[in-house]
Amino acid sequence: MTTQRTSGRRKQALAAAAVVAGLLTTAACGGGKDDGGKNGAAGFNAANNKIAQASLVKKGGELKFASTQDADSWDTTRGYYGFMWDFSRYYSRQLLTYKTQPGAAGAELTPDLATDMGQVADGGKTYTFHLRDGITWEDGKPITSKDIKYGIERAWAQDVLSGGPVYLKDVLDPDGAYKGPYKDTSADHLGLKAIDTPDDKTIVFHLPKPNSDFLQMVALTSASPVRQDKDTKSQYGLHPFSSGPYKFQSYSPGKSLVLVRNTNWKASSDPVRKAYPDKISIKFFTNANDMDQRLLAGDYDLDLAQTGMSPQGRTTALKAHKANLDNPVSGYVRYAVFPQSVKPFDNIHCRKAVLYGADHVSLQTARGGPIAGGDIGTNMLPPSVPGAEGQKYDPYEMAGANKNGNAAKAKEELKACGKPNGFSTTIAVRNNKPVEVATAESLQASLKKVGINAQIDQYDGSQTAGIIGSPSNVNKKGYGIIIMGWGPDFPSVQGYGMPLWDSSYILQSGNNNYALIKDKSIDKMFDDFVTTLDESKKTQLSTEINHKVMEGAYYLPFTFEKFINWRSSRLANVYTTNSYNGMYDFVNLGLKSSK
Amino acid sequence: MLAYLIRRLFAAAVMLVVVILAVFCIFFVFPKWAGVDIAGSFVGKQADPAAVEAVRVKLGLDDPVYSQVWEFFKGIFVGRTYAAGGDVTHCAAPCFGYSFRTQQAVWPVLTDRFPVTLGLALGAAVLWLVFGVAAGVLSALKRGSLWDRGAMVVALAGVSLPIYFTGLLSLAIFSYGLGWIDGQYVPIGDSFSGWLGGMILPWITLAFLYAAMYARITRATMLEVLGEDYIRTARAKGLTEQVVIRKHAMRSTMTPILTMLGMDLGALIGGAILTETTFSLPGLGQKVLDAIKNQDLPFILGVTLITSLAVLIANLVVDILYAVIDPRVRLA
Amino acid sequence: MTELSKSGAAVGEPTAASPAPTAFLEVRDLKVHFPTDDGLVKSVDGLSFQLEKGKTLGIVGESGSGKSVTSLGILGLHTAGQYGKRKAQISGEIWLDGTELLSADPDHVRKLRGREMAMIFQDPLSALHPYYTIGQQIVEAYRIHHDVDKKTARRRAVEMLDRVGIPQPDKRVDSYPHEFSGGMRQRAMIAMALVNNPELLIADEPTTALDVTVQAQILDLIRDLQKEFGSAVIIITHDLGVVAELADDILVMYAGRCVERGPAEKVFYEPRHPYTWGLLGSMPRLDREQQDRLIPVKGSPPSLINVPSGCAFNPRCPYADVPKDNVTRTVRPELTEVGGKHWAACHMTQEQRERIWTEEIAPKL
Repeated sequence: MTTQRTSGRRKQALAAAAVVAGLLTTAACGGGKDDGGKNGAAGFNAANNKIAQASLVKKGGELKFASTQDADSWDTTRGYYGFMWDFSRYYSRQLLTYKTQPGAAGAELTPDLATDMGQVADGGKTYTFHLRDGITWEDGKPITSKDIKYGIERAWAQDVLSGGPVYLKDVLDPDGAYKGPYKDTSADHLGLKAIDTPDDKTIVFHLPKPNSDFLQMVALTSASPVRQDKDTKSQYGLHPFSSGPYKFQSYSPGKSLVLVRNTNWKASSDPVRKAYPDKISIKFFTNANDMDQRLLAGDYDLDLAQTGMSPQGRTTALKAHKANLDNPVSGYVRYAVFPQSVKPFDNIHCRKAVLYGADHVSLQTARGGPIAGGDIGTNMLPPSVPGAEGQKYDPYEMAGANKNGNAAKAKEELKACGKPNGFSTTIAVRNNKPVEVATAESLQASLKKVGINAQIDQYDGSQTAGIIGSPSNVNKKGYGIIIMGWGPDFPSVQGYGMPLWDSSYILQSGNNNYALIKDKSIDKMFDDFVTTLDESKKTQLSTEINHKVMEGAYYLPFTFEKFINWRSSRLANVYTTNSYNGMYDFVNLGLKSSK
Repeated sequence: MLAYLIRRLFAAAVMLVVVILAVFCIFFVFPKWAGVDIAGSFVGKQADPAAVEAVRVKLGLDDPVYSQVWEFFKGIFVGRTYAAGGDVTHCAAPCFGYSFRTQQAVWPVLTDRFPVTLGLALGAAVLWLVFGVAAGVLSALKRGSLWDRGAMVVALAGVSLPIYFTGLLSLAIFSYGLGWIDGQYVPIGDSFSGWLGGMILPWITLAFLYAAMYARITRATMLEVLGEDYIRTARAKGLTEQVVIRKHAMRSTMTPILTMLGMDLGALIGGAILTETTFSLPGLGQKVLDAIKNQDLPFILGVTLITSLAVLIANLVVDILYAVIDPRVRLA
Repeated sequence: MTELSKSGAAVGEPTAASPAPTAFLEVRDLKVHFPTDDGLVKSVDGLSFQLEKGKTLGIVGESGSGKSVTSLGILGLHTAGQYGKRKAQISGEIWLDGTELLSADPDHVRKLRGREMAMIFQDPLSALHPYYTIGQQIVEAYRIHHDVDKKTARRRAVEMLDRVGIPQPDKRVDSYPHEFSGGMRQRAMIAMALVNNPELLIADEPTTALDVTVQAQILDLIRDLQKEFGSAVIIITHDLGVVAELADDILVMYAGRCVERGPAEKVFYEPRHPYTWGLLGSMPRLDREQQDRLIPVKGSPPSLINVPSGCAFNPRCPYADVPKDNVTRTVRPELTEVGGKHWAACHMTQEQRERIWTEEIAPKL
């Protein structure tokens, strides 16, 4: 269907891209020097886990986001992208939300619509929240407990509103008794038994069994209130009705999004949101290089997606505008996973052979090196999750003695596996992620040295759920190694590892437990975690689960991912937060000038 | 002529149906054979079986292909209603499908984006016609001269350099580097000068590629025409060389150029994907790339249809123009 | 072959240095050479002739003998619009009505084209512009040289079409070339050539592309028109039969040079060059009974880059060994007078040629 006559010119294209990269690098160096002062950039990593230039913030102005990616949906029930959750705080409020503080403190919860953190009773099976005064919708009407219940109920209508997280649904109604508000025959469509709204100011949750992360789930964007008369069902994402300080002015998918002040929002009712700018806009680009150049030129303030700059933009920025950059840990772990259904990965020794045979430094390099890629991953728990030990826990010495691979140990494991001469397998990798393809090639090269011959199969990345998410397909295709990455939905081992490691999460389609881990001891620890309300016990369980997973050698971690993110010199009150995996906390960003 | 037109229109309609069938097969039937569940690709990180099922119902994935096609055609004329799980979505006629990814009917998005692509294609076409044909004619008349060789080297470069190279280069120089042109798209309704500023680099980039092709074709055709007997006749009549070129040689030279122009415009209107992507122009090409990335089948189908329609119409227009230019083609 | 009694065409002998022309058209030592990558193509290599008004000259020869190059040379079409091609090297003199064309201002020559001298081309389908009507093309030819409005010019076009025998000329004037039959197209072409009453008309193979019955009509038309307009006419053809009916004088060309020329009846009945004999032998004649004895000239025309030394015709000449001492292969024969205004370039003696003609050639024809 493409009509321009440029097909089949890959080599030319690569050469051309290299030349352009060079030109762009030099072209963009015309900018003035950043002095780090009042009007300049705050400095390298100045906003990484700390607040940069908080005192310079002025009310007013237009905060300009740029992005090459639109949200999966702006519907609070349906969005699942990290940046969507971060951005949604502009126009949606929840009972609880994350503290607007940098780093680890930002992952802590604080009351938002609720007056306090809620009363827990009945051994963690009942939660009661009272609503603040003065909380309003964009048309000035008060936000009621029924609006919150309705907003949560929408997640039950998966047939209409697919895509969002379903933690609350699984926790409140594990048997799926409720069919969702659209099939609800009660007059008010509020038939979900697990939530009571005795009055407009009170909401009570009844859990069939306790869940230690319940408050985290209440803080998710998908627990935002939605008003029934404003629910346009599947089209709600085109214009969500605002409960926050900003409301949708215009939205054209893939083109632009503009938020303006919600004049009915009262600052006195909201202890969290500062609402500095008058206007917030997103412009969508199709060319990542172009977007990065616009960021460098100061036309836009930051990247909405917060997943790092393009290689060319990064090179230029690191050279000429380092003071505008932050290098946070993203919360993602990048890894390879071994489905146990594909021989010989049913044998732990063959899995270990891969772990020892891999060259971890070259994998890190393929991911982008220590700054743009991240530190060598030594275990599966991201540093932002409580209980994580980072590189201190390195059972296979991936960042230590074996960082360039240990062929001798790999051979030993192969012998133990009964494959002394190695074996053949297939690496599955998404075709739309060049970095992942590069990683697969790197892995292929180092495995060859120990006698493991791996073929690379690039599959359609947009079909992930149907291809590697289907265990029978994985088995059929013989995908012994799958390249993937994963980040926490909320900072806990439940919000990160449960879909990956708990045997009850093995699905026939859309599966994420690619390794098909069926370890009763791991399942037991998750059960314990979910029912434990003691924080230190939770942390300890997280650590133990992580150890158990690593001992099983189901995963070969590549990196604890890091990004290079851009912040314009116009921005004030900038900081990264663990709650959004190292992204900037959008909701309280401000500008240094109201113009 | 009327009978001829009717015949052509009928053939075009048949062609469209074939295209739609082919596209349906590519997106809905072939994956089934390959064992890929399309519905699975529509749901998010936590796949709920109800969600997968709903996609199946909405897209009618379990219906036989012929009934899917029939529903599609019906929708074009009478609109279409999608119902699943208590959610009713109406797509007004002409309904060219409905995207459940972006929750938009396809047709309004196409009509919203079409002017951008049309503006890009027409603006670039004017540039490449003027410069391409002029360069080609000059090269032909000064064959072997320094100008000719220079122009043909530039044309070779234009033909072989990819759009994203020339596009990024022009952005790097004129927008990021010298800052003469902003290079960002502004709707023509907001500001005409802003629109011009946003379109000029895409125009030049796209026109460069095509001007190069047109220059080469013009040169070759012109040289061929200059060798024709009727050109000798024209000279033998005592016409000045200027008249010989302008009136006699140019008219014949323009015939293949117009054919090319019609085809190129028709194809470009389906979306100048590379140009629109490079310059982040919100046109059809950008949308279709987006749709392909997201496996947004209704949009892919819609754009394919529009592209085929544009090419078919362009074909028809070229045929009619051809008859206007060349009396030998005229049919009784 | 009846009307061969005409004479009096002024075919003068080549004159070494005569500054002032006496004839209406006089070509002196014309050379047209084309440089190519393979070498110099000597298409015309020293050709001279004269032609008076009201007379017809037939130039005869095989393809590649230089006939068409000569005619285009007279019109000056070797220099006009030759974009980027290597320039033809032209020397000699072409006098038309007292003006030397090769040294004249090209724009002056352009103005003479179409008005003083016009040309009819071989294939009227390719020689007429396919996109313009016959009328448009005739009108254009008229209006270049006459400052008249379109209406007048159109009337003139209709008149000319009528004159050349096209039925319903007021309708046909708006037809396109492809809507005409071959013969009609050639008539239209003639109408276009004569629209300005040219003094010199060059017809380059005017009937080759037509079938036999139409050929005769077209030739009749040219003859009638010549009488009417009193023009000088050059008919270029490879077919002696064509000139037999029309020409006062005949010039036979071989390899860019003249090998024989003279009054038509002389060349026909007392040809003095073996090449002319060959041409006569290969000529289909209505009055000949034994069609099967058609004898083509053996061999093929020589390369114009490496013209055979001596007599250019010697490789194909059955009598090349008649003259002594291998002279035909070393010395180029000059044109010598063999009778009243009859010239030929051959090494054989007059007697030898007379004997061969009367004893060997003529009886077979």
